[in-house]
Amino acid sequence: MPQLDFSTWGNQIFWLIVTLIAIYFILSRIALPRISAVLAERTGTITNDIAAAEDLKQKAKDAEAAYEKALADARVEANRIVAETRSEIQADLDAATAKADAEIAAKTAEGEKAIAEIRANAMESVETVAKDTAQAIVSGLGFSAEAASVDKAVADRMKG
Amino acid sequence: MATETAAAHGDEGGLVFHPMDQFIVTPLFGDGPVHWYTITNVTLWMALAIVAVIVLMVLATSRRATIPSRGQSIAELAYGFVYKMVEDVAGKDAVGFFPYIMTLFLFIVSANFLGLIPMSFTTTSHFAVTVVLALAVFLTVTIYGFMKNGSKFLGLFWVASAPLALRPILAIIEVISYFVRPVSHSIRLAGNVMAGHAVIKVFAGFAAIAVISPVSVVAITAMYGLEVLVAFIQAYVFTILTCVYLKDALHPGH
Repeated sequence: MPQLDFSTWGNQIFWLIVTLIAIYFILSRIALPRISAVLAERTGTITNDIAAAEDLKQKAKDAEAAYEKALADARVEANRIVAETRSEIQADLDAATAKADAEIAAKTAEGEKAIAEIRANAMESVETVAKDTAQAIVSGLGFSAEAASVDKAVADRMKG
Repeated sequence: MATETAAAHGDEGGLVFHPMDQFIVTPLFGDGPVHWYTITNVTLWMALAIVAVIVLMVLATSRRATIPSRGQSIAELAYGFVYKMVEDVAGKDAVGFFPYIMTLFLFIVSANFLGLIPMSFTTTSHFAVTVVLALAVFLTVTIYGFMKNGSKFLGLFWVASAPLALRPILAIIEVISYFVRPVSHSIRLAGNVMAGHAVIKVFAGFAAIAVISPVSVVAITAMYGLEVLVAFIQAYVFTILTCVYLKDALHPGH
């Protein structure tokens, strides 16, 4: 078993110690500080990126809130305009209705007046015709009568 | 060396098993004796482990990219894996030992994986290597424990929550278990790596028989997959045990 050949132990131990010292210095002087720096830098970068992402997320949230608020405001404004317009139209409508009513009332009154006039004219005409007719009938029957007495008799009859 | 032995046995071409030959330490240049300073295959494969660590931890991270490339991801993963292990197991005040533990982990993991390359030499399969690693951990923990806690460190062996009569017995058991730690710590790693590699070699030896060779190839493949797992798991186990021992040094007592 070559492992138990103690004549080679000195050689192996010597080279082992040289090797270990070499690796120790390579690691502690170059490799480990470098890797540690890289890892620290990466952690820093990741932390910064996460912070930046948080920041952007907050900004997006704020923007969304602003948008929601603008939307709500616009809705309120729209409702207000609708109500205003409606009341305006209502007022116009009321005024127009009132005007139309007044016009209709005036026209009705005029019409009634015209009818009354026509009726009066008709009564007068009826009287004249009755008088003329009575005169004609009287004279036709061979009686002579005074026009005035005939008129009076007719007027008496018509009064009733 | 393999042919020499085979010739000596006189059964060349038949079943020849030399599963342990892969662990022989030989000089890289020439054929002389192995002195402590001789450049051997150990030197080569340990240097390759350093190269692997440089490629993974230095070259792959050279761009210092915020969005990492594949190589940098692996380096960061290894860093996070060991750092979290130290922090979770040994406590937040143990992070000063992080470069030390990272060194152990990266050396073991690269040596284990380099050892899985066919024809390579596995440095972590040698007790010489793992005993030094385990002793380094053991001495660090013990010395640091006494430096930080003074005599309170001995409270580790005195189980205050146990009945008084039991405490001396428990103390003996605790002391024995404390000193067995470096032994189990080192043998676990070298034993696992060595056993797996030897088994692969034994299966490979069976491939000399034509009838058995398909089975042998399948077995080697399966064993290799297992060894890939073992290579990582043993490095992980060694590292996490180091953290556990370190926790004892920082916070003695049960």
